[in-house]
Amino acid sequence: MAAYNFKHALFSAIVTLIISYPILGFNLVSEGSSVVLKGADAFTVVGVFIAALVVFMFQLFRDSFMAMLGRLPALNPLANLPPMPQKKRLKVESILLTLMLIAALFWPFMASRGAVDLATLVLIYIMLALGLNVVVGLAGLLDLGYVAFYAVGAYTFALLSQYVGISFWLALPTGALLAALFGLVLGFPVLRLRGDYLAIVTLGFGEIIRILLNNMTNLTGGPNGIGGIPDPTLFGMEFGRRVKEEGNTSFHETFGIAYAGEHKVIFLYLIALVLAVITALIIRRLMRMPVGRAWEALREDEIASRSLGLSRTAVKLSAFTIGAFFAGFAGTVFASKQGFISPESFVFLESAIILAIVVLGGMGSQMGVILAAIAVTILPELAREFSEYRMLIFGAAMVLMMVWRPQGLLPMRRIHIELSPQRGDR
Amino acid sequence: MLEVKDLSMRFGGLLAVDQVSLDVQEHEIVAIIGPNGAGKTTVFNCMSGFYRPTGGQILFEGQEIQGKPDFRISRLGLVRTFQHVRLFSQMTVVENLLVAQHRHLNTNLISGLIKTPDYRKREQKSLDRAAYWLDRVGLTDMANRDAGNLAYGQQRRLEIARCMVTEPKLLMLDEPAAGLNPAETKDLNQLIISLKEDYNVSVVLIEHDMSLVMDISDRINVINQGRPLASGTPAEIRQNDDVIKAYLGEA
Repeated sequence: MAAYNFKHALFSAIVTLIISYPILGFNLVSEGSSVVLKGADAFTVVGVFIAALVVFMFQLFRDSFMAMLGRLPALNPLANLPPMPQKKRLKVESILLTLMLIAALFWPFMASRGAVDLATLVLIYIMLALGLNVVVGLAGLLDLGYVAFYAVGAYTFALLSQYVGISFWLALPTGALLAALFGLVLGFPVLRLRGDYLAIVTLGFGEIIRILLNNMTNLTGGPNGIGGIPDPTLFGMEFGRRVKEEGNTSFHETFGIAYAGEHKVIFLYLIALVLAVITALIIRRLMRMPVGRAWEALREDEIASRSLGLSRTAVKLSAFTIGAFFAGFAGTVFASKQGFISPESFVFLESAIILAIVVLGGMGSQMGVILAAIAVTILPELAREFSEYRMLIFGAAMVLMMVWRPQGLLPMRRIHIELSPQRGDR
Repeated sequence: MLEVKDLSMRFGGLLAVDQVSLDVQEHEIVAIIGPNGAGKTTVFNCMSGFYRPTGGQILFEGQEIQGKPDFRISRLGLVRTFQHVRLFSQMTVVENLLVAQHRHLNTNLISGLIKTPDYRKREQKSLDRAAYWLDRVGLTDMANRDAGNLAYGQQRRLEIARCMVTEPKLLMLDEPAAGLNPAETKDLNQLIISLKEDYNVSVVLIEHDMSLVMDISDRINVINQGRPLASGTPAEIRQNDDVIKAYLGEA
């Protein structure tokens, strides 16, 4: 065992050196017109070797370290609490959610403009993750191309506003319905597939949409994207300094207040908040409806479900369609928030991040997914000070998270339909 | 009500079922017996639509059903259980019964989202039906537990209850007594008879437990190596020399 540990530790240390020395130890420096490769200063080199040594020591005494870590949860008094009864848990959950909602309603009036903007992005990710949660968490269909539906929603708004001059409020249902239609269309060929195969096909679908958007230059503008997407209006009131469209009035003039750029940002945030709440409520309701039960039944045992008369086609398609619908929702809001979209916003990494949110939050759990969406969106922003290492930190955080809590932040606890005992006694 | 004519099923070079015929009349319990690997479950799989038979005809109430998708067959009222219990083990016992009533609850999304009175009424009705069947199979106390935590005998009973809430006309039981102790087998015996007598359901069952088969079956079909060997009343089968040689054994 000790010999194995030593070998393993040596190997890990060497790997650490191989990976980090070229990255940190050599710098490209521009001198005049040419670029020169320079060795790093002694400080960095020593740092790299110390890091390798740390890895070596950790791997060598790994077993005892892990045993020590294993005792750690005992320090947390909440770790061994028995699960709450369902009624109490639902009450606590709804109180918490209400408090969060009230805080979210008032918060933008105190926070800075940048923070509100970021919060809008968080809300968009919450919508996306809640939608994907239906497909992955509830119906158990691994979808790696979810971003395609997001793109459909965003591009629907962008294109319709450019060619037809459609407003945000009309684009919202249109984008969502069109995305749902795409979900339906994608659903058909992949019905027979499961697990890995399904993942690959959906991955391909996501790429197809992105590449189409990139190459249909005369329609979508290709990689240049589409700009000038209008902001949402409030009953015909615009939030810009000057009214762009005839017949509209401007918000600040109607209410006789000074123009402020924040108005628009806050308004968009509030729209996103309302939509995210609607999304959460609808999906929460769906989970308790026959459709929701059918999703779970099909995930648990497809053969038994079919033997009871559940149509695999209908159940899977409904999951895909509903998931895509909410992605379309989110896409429209995103297009409106950015004012400019290009295929670059809809790369595979986006799908991966949304999937990461669902997995980190705990598959199927709404609370967990909401918390994870907040964490995953804000963490890279907080780590911005570390500039180029922020994705590294983000990745490390995810790895640690999965090691310690593979079931996710707040694993799903299903809301059971209870049979009251009196009724059974009849 | 069910008629199977010259059913054949071929897997590549293996002829698993060869020209098997059987019929089930209304209000009847028919057993299929035979040695392991005789093709009994394959016959079941063909009848319930899990396999598309390579030859022959299956008529259910005069309608050809061979090759139809499984969920359509079960919607016609031909519902089966499995040799190895297949419950939704992470769902509660009640929910298992609610899933089965999915098609009775065939409400559209909107009425469910806004909880129309009609939707509530249907949901309540299916809960009542679930409660009734739980009481019937003696699982009322377990209603809110996860189905996966039930004892084996209870899981068997739940599986039958789950079929019954779909209001089938013909119930197909694949080795319902496997893994049950003698007392549980006796209960099962009574349950199956009561399904026939009180709920007017015909039953086809595959079973190795001869006491159960001989007690409750109206007729028995024996299959050996994919071929029909004999069929008749329990008394006839008990006397049949071929069956004794192939399956029952000399006592």
